[in-house]
Amino acid sequence: MSEVGTEVKILVIDEQEVSAHAGQTILEVARENDIHIPTLCYLEGLSNVGACRLCLVEIKGSSKLTPACVTTVQEGMEVSTNSERLTRHRRTILELLFAERNHICSVCVANGHCELQSLGQELGLTHVRLPYRNPDLPVDASHERFTADHNRCILCTRCVRVCAEIEGAHVWDVMGRGVNCTIITDLHEEWGKSTCTRCGKCVQVCPTGALFDKSKIGSEHPKYPDFLPFLNMMREAQ
Amino acid sequence: MTIEELDQIAASARSEREKFEHEINVCHGTGCLSQHSDRVKESIAQALQALGKNAYVRRTGCMGLCAAGPLVLVDPEGSLYQHVNPSHAEKIAASLDDKPVEELQCNLREHFDQQVHIVLENSGRIDPERVEDYIASDGYRALLMALNDMTPQGVVRQITESGLRGRGGGGYPTGLKWGTVAKAKGDVKYVICNGDEGDPGAFMDRSVLESDPHRVLEGMAIAAYAVGASKGYIYVRAEYPLAVSRLTSCLRDARRHGLLGNNIGNTHFNFDVEIRLGAGAFVCGEETALIASIEGRRGTPRPRPPYPASSGLWGKPTLINNVETFANIAPIIRKGSRWFAGIGSARSKGTKVFALTGKITNTGLVEVPMGIKLREIIEVIGGGVPGGHKFKAVQTGGPSGGCLPESMLDIGVSYDALQSVGSIMGSGGMIVMDDTSCMVNVARFFMEFCMTESCGKCVPCRAGTAQMHTLLTRICTGAGTMDDLALIEDLCSTVKETSLCGLGQTAPNPVLSTLKYFRNEYIEHIVEKRCRAGVCNMEAAAEVLA
Ligand SMILES: Cc1cc2nc3c(=O)[nH]c(=O)nc-3n(C[C@H](O)[C@H](O)[C@H](O)COP(=O)(O)O)c2cc1C
Ligand code: SF4
Ligand code: SF4
Ligand code: FES
Repeated sequence: MSEVGTEVKILVIDEQEVSAHAGQTILEVARENDIHIPTLCYLEGLSNVGACRLCLVEIKGSSKLTPACVTTVQEGMEVSTNSERLTRHRRTILELLFAERNHICSVCVANGHCELQSLGQELGLTHVRLPYRNPDLPVDASHERFTADHNRCILCTRCVRVCAEIEGAHVWDVMGRGVNCTIITDLHEEWGKSTCTRCGKCVQVCPTGALFDKSKIGSEHPKYPDFLPFLNMMREAQ
Repeated sequence: MTIEELDQIAASARSEREKFEHEINVCHGTGCLSQHSDRVKESIAQALQALGKNAYVRRTGCMGLCAAGPLVLVDPEGSLYQHVNPSHAEKIAASLDDKPVEELQCNLREHFDQQVHIVLENSGRIDPERVEDYIASDGYRALLMALNDMTPQGVVRQITESGLRGRGGGGYPTGLKWGTVAKAKGDVKYVICNGDEGDPGAFMDRSVLESDPHRVLEGMAIAAYAVGASKGYIYVRAEYPLAVSRLTSCLRDARRHGLLGNNIGNTHFNFDVEIRLGAGAFVCGEETALIASIEGRRGTPRPRPPYPASSGLWGKPTLINNVETFANIAPIIRKGSRWFAGIGSARSKGTKVFALTGKITNTGLVEVPMGIKLREIIEVIGGGVPGGHKFKAVQTGGPSGGCLPESMLDIGVSYDALQSVGSIMGSGGMIVMDDTSCMVNVARFFMEFCMTESCGKCVPCRAGTAQMHTLLTRICTGAGTMDDLALIEDLCSTVKETSLCGLGQTAPNPVLSTLKYFRNEYIEHIVEKRCRAGVCNMEAAAEVLA
């Protein structure tokens, strides 16, 4: 969420004139106007990290690509959210994610409810050209209620942010560098032995099958990340 | 401390020195120290005493020719001795009023004659830990001049007019950056010195911090005055223990002399500096990651804007410059912007320090005027490629830079020229390669570096560098196909255009530049299963082909 000002800005997104408050991000304004921009690390209600790079858009007058989730609107800006160049990069980024760990949808609890899978379909990803890395990653089932399967994690850090920013527990964090990054609970304790409050927010915001509820299987595991904006609204109202 | 008091310290330091007929400077840079130059210094002191000679023995910072160390410089004769060990002490002592010691002499006129020393003017000439030595070489004069005779805006103007550009790699105009921070709203502002220096083969900043730490502190203090900051941090990697210990002792001395702390130079200006140690992650040299690291968080970059100039350390306006950038400040204030702008080329002013390494005769540190031809640096100053081998490429800019072939050696060294041919100036690493280097393997080496140093935050850099590394490894083992090459080129484009920070955005450069100038080596590996340099082991693949 960005600091929203009272001043109004007019800009153009995909040849459509739209109005915005100063301080709003391109992504927020696009969503308000039903203009779809693919995202993975972004989640309404959490801070923005600009990490997945799927929301990159083109801005007239700049040869660089700009992440819509962290860029605030400017008066007169002309944004395109779709082009051959953008689609090519977005597809490659998705390919990179699919090849990075073990995303075998048919045997994943999130099959049919996975944001990564949906984006693959949306962008017409029919096959992956890159060599699969097939890393040997653990599954942490030590928690009474939840499981963390690192094979499905795309390191979007939504779980880290929701735990620190909304639940206030900061159980999750990222360890390591590069492809060896992993999310960890506490100082790399087992989840079951960690300071987890068992609120389950991380499970709800996780876009893939990396965090899931043990009591649910297969297509019974839709997730409901939309509670966040409401929760924030209620808290602010208090 | 006033200018008069500064003059007194300088005068007494000089008269102290004039009691001696000779000065014997023994290099105590990391290179020479690792060859026990401290013992050389002790032995020389003992030998002088035994022979009753009247000479001042001084430990100094780096003299530049690290490969020939330990180095000893005798003044006023100007004899430079190389590969000195304690057993030579007596000969050197005995030679003082006599002929120089022939067999130790280092005759490299061309090496030194082509250089222009601004940043390194005190390196190898003063004792880095004696503030009196620094003051005797006009040290801290620029700071007091700025505080007493110039407005902050005046300082910014002078730096802007000098044309100085950031030496940390990007070449951003320093005056413009200072002006932005000066104009940023906020009662608390910070100045940060970036001494993270993580490029493989680079050691310019380490050497400056070890050889002339006061110079960097003075630059930071002038910057703080110009932008309105009262607190500074100097971020040095923990792998540089000598630099850290010298900085610590210099900070203490500067405070003791009223050159840091409250009411500097009897004015209302307050400024102090703290050291922060980095744990050696390359990405922590990136300014937003460095700031996160100082704040005690995980060192990962964040998207810009906001730039540190408006929201940096703890959300406050922050000026961040490189070590060498700060080292250029005092001379610009003392000698004027016109003097500085008179050195170098049209859009790149002043000098640049390079760490010359690889297949080159004179390994070490050199400082050259901008605009000098690469050929001159390599063939004249560097003494060319040794062992009868043939030059193949020069790599500038480290993992963010590119490899340039022989045909590009006649371009002048400047930010724009290097960029236009597919490399970058970078922070000053310069690695020379000869016909025993395989360019595909070189690209793979740099990709491995980027892969392991990627912070892992954004997808294209984290997964993209790993994929490119896998594909390059395939080619180097003879298993690569032309499709793999096409895939690499595709990945280069995505990683370059979509990564979050400079690390990912520039990680493809070594691949792109070797593909541009040495594409046939890639093709040879793929089609003929042959590595002309004999570096890659492709026997298995070649047999299949046969
Ligand atoms: C991956 C990465 C590593 C960097 N490492 C360094 C470094 O070691 N030292 C440095 O001064 N600048 C480094 N930089 C550049 C800094 O972000 C910043 O631009 C610089 O410190 C600004 O100083 P300057 O204007 O004086 O050059 C790095 C940038 C990136 C993207
Ligand atoms: S576990 Fe889920 S929410 Fe957490 S980083 Fe991995 S994919 Fe994102
Ligand atoms: S480009 Fe690489 S180093 Fe920079 S933020 Fe992305 S993963 Fe981290
Ligand atoms: S949604 Fe903007 S970078 Fe991930």
